[in-house]
Amino acid sequence: MSKYHVTTTINGDEVDFTCYADQTLLEVLREDLNMTGTKNGCGSGDCGACTVIVNGRPVNACLVLGAELDGANIETIEGMSTGTELHPLQQKFLDHAALQCGICTPGFLNMAKALLEKNPEPTETEVRYALAGNLCRCTGYDKIVRAVLDAAAEMRESTS
Amino acid sequence: MNEVKTTAKTNFKWVGKRTRRPDGPDKVTGRARYGDDMVMSGMLYGKTLRSPHAHAKILSIDTSKAEALKGVKAVVTHKDIPDHPLLEPPYGPMIADLHDISRNVMAREKVLYDGHAVAAVAATSERIAKAAIKLIEVEYEILPHVLDPLAAAQPGAPILHEHQFTHGVDPKPEAPSNVFRVVSAERGDLEKGFADADIIVEREFRSEPVHQGYIEPQALIATASEDGAVEIWTTTQGHFVIRGLCARLMNMDMSSIRVTASEIGGGFGGKNNVYAEPVAIRLSQKTSRPVRMVMTRSEVFRGTGPASGTYSRIRMGAMRDGTIVAAEAEIYNQAGAFKGSPVGRSVDSFFSSYSIANAKATAYDVCVNRPKVAAYRAPGAPMATMAAELTINELAEKLDIDPVDLRMKNAVQDGGQSLNGAKYGRIGLTEVLETVKNHPHYSAPLAPNQGRGFALGYWMHGGGLSSVVANLLDDGTVAIATGNPDIGGSRSSMRVMAAEELGVDLELIKPIVADTGSMGYSHLTAGSRTTFATGMAVINSVREIIEKLRALAAKKWEIPVDDVAWEAGQAVTQRDGFEALTLKQLAGMATKMGGAIAGHSEINAGGAGAAFSAQIVDVEVDPETGFVSLKRYTVIQDAGRAISPDYVEGQMQGGAVQGIGWALNEEYIYDDKGCLQNLGFLDYRMPVASDVPMIDTVIVEVPNPNHPYGVRGVGEPPLVPAPGAVANAVENAIGKKMGSLPLSPPKILGTLELCR
Repeated sequence: MSKYHVTTTINGDEVDFTCYADQTLLEVLREDLNMTGTKNGCGSGDCGACTVIVNGRPVNACLVLGAELDGANIETIEGMSTGTELHPLQQKFLDHAALQCGICTPGFLNMAKALLEKNPEPTETEVRYALAGNLCRCTGYDKIVRAVLDAAAEMRESTS
Repeated sequence: MNEVKTTAKTNFKWVGKRTRRPDGPDKVTGRARYGDDMVMSGMLYGKTLRSPHAHAKILSIDTSKAEALKGVKAVVTHKDIPDHPLLEPPYGPMIADLHDISRNVMAREKVLYDGHAVAAVAATSERIAKAAIKLIEVEYEILPHVLDPLAAAQPGAPILHEHQFTHGVDPKPEAPSNVFRVVSAERGDLEKGFADADIIVEREFRSEPVHQGYIEPQALIATASEDGAVEIWTTTQGHFVIRGLCARLMNMDMSSIRVTASEIGGGFGGKNNVYAEPVAIRLSQKTSRPVRMVMTRSEVFRGTGPASGTYSRIRMGAMRDGTIVAAEAEIYNQAGAFKGSPVGRSVDSFFSSYSIANAKATAYDVCVNRPKVAAYRAPGAPMATMAAELTINELAEKLDIDPVDLRMKNAVQDGGQSLNGAKYGRIGLTEVLETVKNHPHYSAPLAPNQGRGFALGYWMHGGGLSSVVANLLDDGTVAIATGNPDIGGSRSSMRVMAAEELGVDLELIKPIVADTGSMGYSHLTAGSRTTFATGMAVINSVREIIEKLRALAAKKWEIPVDDVAWEAGQAVTQRDGFEALTLKQLAGMATKMGGAIAGHSEINAGGAGAAFSAQIVDVEVDPETGFVSLKRYTVIQDAGRAISPDYVEGQMQGGAVQGIGWALNEEYIYDDKGCLQNLGFLDYRMPVASDVPMIDTVIVEVPNPNHPYGVRGVGEPPLVPAPGAVANAVENAIGKKMGSLPLSPPKILGTLELCR
């Protein structure tokens, strides 16, 4: 089986990779590019741990094929902070203790980031539905939802 | 709303404060390394072939085609895993029988469940490994199977283990049985108790197995070197336990195995065991290359966990004034393919919140053709508790007494004991119940189709073996190494306790989880024991450092050490003419004045004691669809002392939501051949963010006298009453008693339609 050559932008950098036709973005990131911040919880699009942002849309990296991504702009957890400065969502997750084991955290952060880009002032219910594709077994979601709402408020303040 | 109600001194520098966790930045940036985030040079990829049958004899295994595939470096079967004799009685509360474990990691004579490991390969790529396991030919003779614990306990049921005769019954049985043992505890005179009762309520309950549901599948790398040494990197709740089990299973010296715990992506009891570790060791020994084995989600469902499905019967009697005079219960726990369901804990869980003069509880450990159960957060407690709590609520209804008042009247007091005979010291039960009674949620109005549930949960915590090494570095910072994987924020608690003892800033303390080669034995991060037991070892270690620093200051000042005290992070003396020496100053002197300073502690901590969690929950049931929505949820729990309140609340909230899943949605679904049908999170439906409301918490602090800061365990109690509280709320919303979990929409709709 021959491999496809794919050119993408990942977290602002041009990244070339080759992959088999059946290889998912998740496999490419984790196995070939050694970007293990994107987590593998199920491989079937049910847990959201591998949520990344492709061309502005949050997707499960396990449901996207690497070969479809020529020219795509991909954002992963490794690119969320700016230099040494954490993103407000990352800050608020720490302030609100919105993680315990942390395996679901990169996926939640990406999903929340995508939500706030579309809807800077979500209600609690909107946050809960936006995050409904991401499983967390530790926290019961309470502190995650609070962290996202607080980050949204802070981000609105800093842009107004 | 989250609040803390404390009854003791609070003038701490760090204990009880909300501080950021030390492992936080790595976890929000993707830098933290979990089981599957490690690669090693020359690494091979391991894959497991699993049984497609629920119960079958293995007639032959032909691995030749797999071995011939290009890129395959090794294949293993049960022949590569040493056999061990059966464990002999007396059996302790925890059973780790190498005979069974060797067969669970690799089926030997028979496969005992759908998903049972049969063979494994190591290949140069995941792709080749997957292709290779398909080339392994296994000839099976299919046997009749049994899934239900009651059916499995009957004579004539298909027998999983011909060598197993029920233990704990008289006379000794003549025929083999799926019931491994019957365990019971009792006090008083049941017959007299029920004769004294004015009202008796009897109920029965069923529940399906539920999985721990950690988001990170099992993952590890094993590396065997030519000199016999083995290194393992794995996601586990206890790397010292993994070392011990692997050494005993593989007949190796314990010192030749070194285990490093990765960051762990959830465990809840499900990562206390070995699964692929011994297999990966063997594959690596055969190839002299590192072997990585990562489970898929369907392998996690088919091959690991779950908690026991159960059947229980209960009968409780009370006098008209509300005194509960008699209580009797029995529960059949599915053990899965091998003995070892949490029967002792089930027995202890029914009635131990109450002082009931005449009580008896019995539990049956029943083997069935399902994966071997693993611990799940307060193993054995939630289903026994649900039976008792719903029965008590029905007693309250019939006696026309408020459910909390009824519990107050019968609540066990300080100095009382659990049904298993464990003595309580100072407990916070009364304080918890009073907090419930006065909580606005308890008396808030309900809308139509809504119901309020209430349940109380009890859990006796574990202490056990913990080791800690604390090293004072010469810049005045302190590295704290524990042997306990950090699941829910233990590094944060360890740091807080060390900083509190030393009286210094939090940032000066660096907690790490060290590997098995670095320090003394530490038992699992389980049983809600880590902040209590390992925390105590941290405190001891830091106190040793403080003693050495006092001696150092005395030496420097040339005064007796008794004249030197340690206050607010520095050595001080009442004598004139000496300026206090800070931690940093002393640390800088140490190496020039005798050597580096360290403290260590290896303890077997006792006295963790009991804790109680009470939960109030409001649900609304849609009469058209049977769908249950959660409206309000409050968890009230005695934490002894919350070292890190954020993470105590996190435990309370997370435990409650696991209980919601257990009560409403989660279950294993098998087909008529005994094969698991719901192999993913789409069909095994755990709660998501939109399923639940905010989970309000009240941390009640009745300090545990057996811990320097008053810590009790926190992790397990919140799950104990949760399924019962939710089920009770559903019952009250629809006005019908519901005895079978999960209370999924079809089941509720069925009940409602029957009544229409």
